[in-house]
Amino acid sequence: MKKTPLYNLHQKYKAKFVQFAGYEMPIQYETGIVKEHITTRNASGIFDVSHMGQLFLKGGDELTNDLQKIFPIDLAKISINQSKYSFLMKENGGIYDDLIITKLKDGYMIILNAACKETDLNILKKKIGEKYQINLSDNLSLIAIQGPKAKDVLEKIVPGVIKLKFMNGSQFKYNDLDIYITRSGYTGEDGFEISINNKIVESFVEKLIENGSSMIGLGARDTLRLEAGLCLYGHDLDENTSPIEANLKWAISKSRINDEFPGSEFIKKQYNEGVSKLRVGIKPDTKVIARESVKIFDGKNNEIGKVTSGTFGPSVNGPIAMGYINNDFSKTNTKIFLEVRGKKVPASICKMPFYKKNYVKGGEDNVRS
Amino acid sequence: MSEVKFSKEHEWITVEGEVATIGITKHATELLGDIVFAELPEKGSNVNKDATAGVVESTKAASDVYTPISGEVVDTNQSIVDDPSKINSDPEGDGWFFKLKIKDPAEMNTLMNRDEYYKFAKENAS
Repeated sequence: MKKTPLYNLHQKYKAKFVQFAGYEMPIQYETGIVKEHITTRNASGIFDVSHMGQLFLKGGDELTNDLQKIFPIDLAKISINQSKYSFLMKENGGIYDDLIITKLKDGYMIILNAACKETDLNILKKKIGEKYQINLSDNLSLIAIQGPKAKDVLEKIVPGVIKLKFMNGSQFKYNDLDIYITRSGYTGEDGFEISINNKIVESFVEKLIENGSSMIGLGARDTLRLEAGLCLYGHDLDENTSPIEANLKWAISKSRINDEFPGSEFIKKQYNEGVSKLRVGIKPDTKVIARESVKIFDGKNNEIGKVTSGTFGPSVNGPIAMGYINNDFSKTNTKIFLEVRGKKVPASICKMPFYKKNYVKGGEDNVRS
Repeated sequence: MSEVKFSKEHEWITVEGEVATIGITKHATELLGDIVFAELPEKGSNVNKDATAGVVESTKAASDVYTPISGEVVDTNQSIVDDPSKINSDPEGDGWFFKLKIKDPAEMNTLMNRDEYYKFAKENAS
């Protein structure tokens, strides 16, 4: 089982560990998932996401052109230090991985899901490995700091980060070493992701803690992202669901819809003609939690879909879920039934995110989607 | 009130006259984490030893609650349905689940005392 460079720090803060994508990762710390979740919503929380892949591609305009043939976004239009959410697509229109791609001065950085990173690397090497240097970093850690106070905590340690715009990054210094920070995250809160050398990551995180932030485990990361309506690969997205079915149409550049990329024919058809199943938000009418694999029925007992993620949302203070449903039933407020432990529980289709922040500052604080 | 007894499924049970009170152990709540949902058996229903008699869910997962002995459900603790966090804060007190009219007092002999249970829990710690 692999460990991240923060393993000792996790132990120090009394983490409970779980196996996740081949890594021993903290599911929670001493205070527990609900308190960690609330801490992130009300103040700030630190997440070790070093198990995720940080892939670097070196190249100029020609690389941009070649990557356009792989990713369904308009990379020519994004500026240096700007990030975009995208997918590594399968020929059938399914998704190998969802990822964040950032344009750098001398190439691109792509943040990949831990469970997919080796496969992604092989796919990219096969496609363009002969022309460009591709490297999946093993000397960098990845830390996220999320929550309304994240900017104030981080600003104390890395002056200037507060000026970063959402989905934009920049190079900074910590202990004379380069760190790369983007304003992004996966909690529905304002926040940052910090790519930092393994050697200094522990001292950096301790500094964040000294300045009032605290460690948050994968358990709260899951409840936070689900409240924010964000997908988890391997659950809400996989090789047999397309971005259009996943209700992530916004992530595919309009300017690219008639171009060729893996799965483009399929995507173009769905983009223009619609889909037969769609990812939706689901709110059970009672307190019953509908988890992954729970079957969805209509009022006449016909199976019409399946839950792909479900939990108790601490900020919503109730159960929430998302899943794929026959498109005829995808309209907000449609009544459906969830089969939990043999009983049909009433629920409604609802808009996502389940939890939305009232942002004080318009332009500066934004969330994805 | 009798001595508290424990089951291998991490329930505790106390007996007063012919009525037993059942809940889940502190150890179980620590394994589960924050409990956010509880489902109780129906009042008046009959439950058999070691059968499912309820459900608890934490933010992480759902777990069945079993009854350590057989009997008729005579009372249930609705307050843990309204506020499941009570199970975490006071598992062997306010966090009780249900009361049974005992069918066969001899079934109590199959259960562990506190020392035996904590030894068992330690040996089977995941």
